[in-house]
Amino acid sequence: MAPFDLRLPASGTTDFRRTIMEEHVKRTRTVAGLALATAAIAVLSGCSTSSKAASDSSSSSVDAATATSADAFGGMAGLVKAANAEGKLNVITLPPSWANYGKIIAGFEKKYPKIKINSANPDGSSADEVAAAKSQQGQSTAPDVFDIGTAVLDQNLDLMAKYKVSNWADIPADYKDASGTWYYDYTGLMSVGYDSSVIKTAPTSIKDLLGSAYKGKVAIKGDPTQANEAASAVYLAALGNGGSASNIQPGIDFFSSLKQKGNFLSVLPTQATVNSGETPVVLQWSYNNLAWGPAGGSAGNPNWKTVVLKGSALGSYYNQAINKDAPDPAAARLWEEYIYSPAVQNLYLASGAYPATLAAMEKNKTVDAATLAKVGKAPSNFVQLTSDQATAAATKLTAGWSAAVN
Amino acid sequence: MVAIGSTRVAGEARTSSLPRRRRFGVAWLGLTPFAAYVILFLAVPAVIAVASGFFSATGSITFANLAALGDPTIVKAFQGSFLVSIVSALGGAVVGALICFAMLGTRPDGFLRTTIDSASSVLAQFGGVMLAFAFIALIGSQGILSKWILSITGVNINEIGTNGPLLYQVPGLIMPYLYFSIPLMVLTFMPAMEGLKAQWGEAAATLGATRLQFWTKIGMPVLAPAFWGSVLLLFANAFSSYATAAALIDQGGITPLSIKQQLTSETVVGVANVAGVLALGMLVVMVIVMVAYSFLQRRAARWTR
Repeated sequence: MAPFDLRLPASGTTDFRRTIMEEHVKRTRTVAGLALATAAIAVLSGCSTSSKAASDSSSSSVDAATATSADAFGGMAGLVKAANAEGKLNVITLPPSWANYGKIIAGFEKKYPKIKINSANPDGSSADEVAAAKSQQGQSTAPDVFDIGTAVLDQNLDLMAKYKVSNWADIPADYKDASGTWYYDYTGLMSVGYDSSVIKTAPTSIKDLLGSAYKGKVAIKGDPTQANEAASAVYLAALGNGGSASNIQPGIDFFSSLKQKGNFLSVLPTQATVNSGETPVVLQWSYNNLAWGPAGGSAGNPNWKTVVLKGSALGSYYNQAINKDAPDPAAARLWEEYIYSPAVQNLYLASGAYPATLAAMEKNKTVDAATLAKVGKAPSNFVQLTSDQATAAATKLTAGWSAAVN
Repeated sequence: MVAIGSTRVAGEARTSSLPRRRRFGVAWLGLTPFAAYVILFLAVPAVIAVASGFFSATGSITFANLAALGDPTIVKAFQGSFLVSIVSALGGAVVGALICFAMLGTRPDGFLRTTIDSASSVLAQFGGVMLAFAFIALIGSQGILSKWILSITGVNINEIGTNGPLLYQVPGLIMPYLYFSIPLMVLTFMPAMEGLKAQWGEAAATLGATRLQFWTKIGMPVLAPAFWGSVLLLFANAFSSYATAAALIDQGGITPLSIKQQLTSETVVGVANVAGVLALGMLVVMVIVMVAYSFLQRRAARWTR
């Protein structure tokens, strides 16, 4: 709550102040206001320029901010040296339980002990990443790298630096920008997570959720007009109800009837609500459902099961990109090299996500075979909304979602 | 509570004889830290937020965003905000005033009065996600109270009606909002109640008035401006609350959640500036409330002179 604190004291004091000060106030107010505003501007601009100067001096010979591959540093050793000199890396919106980011971040800090990772706003959205990059531009706390949804990325391509990791060829051609502005990292599949102590028989179709066993139990990860993960739940419902990637209206209609039957929950599901049984059914990315179940250890719900429904598998690749104004440009590039190394791609896979270089890893035999067997091969009927389809879907959601569930 | 403390100090100060000397330089110097704070953390952000509404996503000046105020979803969100704020303000005011009335019968420095006073200070600030989870734990579908009622009566309070649990709907917000509105009412209304002079009651009694007549002819009319002023304060407080609602009803339905949706959306992109227009809408409501509040406060202060 933001307490709106205009309590009583004004009444008594202003009256007598007014009588004493009235005519003086008029003259001094503007001057005082101007002085304060000027001081404020001076302070704000002062701190941004000083930190900019500090970050520029970090790399000695190579201009890390414009390097488009590790070769610019004279190879990986040079890149590591430059990154070590920077000593830190700012990542943003990477929740530890999301796609194994907890382990991925810890692994980086272990592999490069001289670089400290500052993880900002773990539960933020892709839009928050861009907002942080813009508002903190030039400051040492600005995000260095993004893990960003496609819709927001497309609007902000001018914020990104071009870079190609050393195994660039392992990323399929349609999974990356030819010039290296962005590149897919991983996707989950939309899945149904459910508490097996409450829901006894696993759902086999999205329509099962309309049944009376699901009364007051089904939640999605936020507002689809805001969060991509929630919107993807609607797209999945569309695919399961005769819609398609270019026609998501059946998905909105599905949630409308889910609401009318009293099955839909508006509360935001979290690991805590899943553990307490408050949200016994959650539609979200497979890697998140898996992380909240037995795989989450003591923090997870031992009865939590994950089902990827038969039919079209819906996913949405997230993208990696480097901030053009990264305060730690070499560390940012080293992070990308690390992300696309087979070890980390296997970590994504272990969380239930499908990494971008999976096909190449299978070919090169660098994939962790046991993990792949457990997670299952990448689905052949994979559906992902194209940029245009996502825009059309967003328009539909803006027009129809709120009326459907409120 | 700081606010209450300062009210009392101010009340004492104005009864003492004030030096009518003009020492503006020093006085203004004393005001500077507070003024700087207000300008940096209230005025500047408010101006930037509202101004953002008049720019397009590409940075050119536009009035197109104002169209959002006619959008059915946004209109519904404003209606939801008004409903929740008005009901929780009136409910909180009536219950809070009754508590104040009851407290008049206790010793001003007694244990009960000071305990309720300080408890109100704490509870009025208890909000956000913590409050949301407290209510989920109490009356959510796995809540203690829900389970208890279910075990005794066999009725699941969360399956009444067809809209799912009440707590996760816009009208359900009234419950957690009342939780901080009632203590806030006690805090703001108690000084006015204490301002009722015993002599007025004695004078009325001497002239043959009954207790009921005292309250209807003297007590309530004198307290009315303070009461409605407090109602406005509670309204403003509920109207601007965000975090509790964000945790309970994540599908929108009140204006602060619409602003969040516009600002942080990763599916509907390029609408961040519309949030500025919504902020303007909220600001207009707040300005009206504040003007009415200060007017009522002036009326209320008349009787404490």
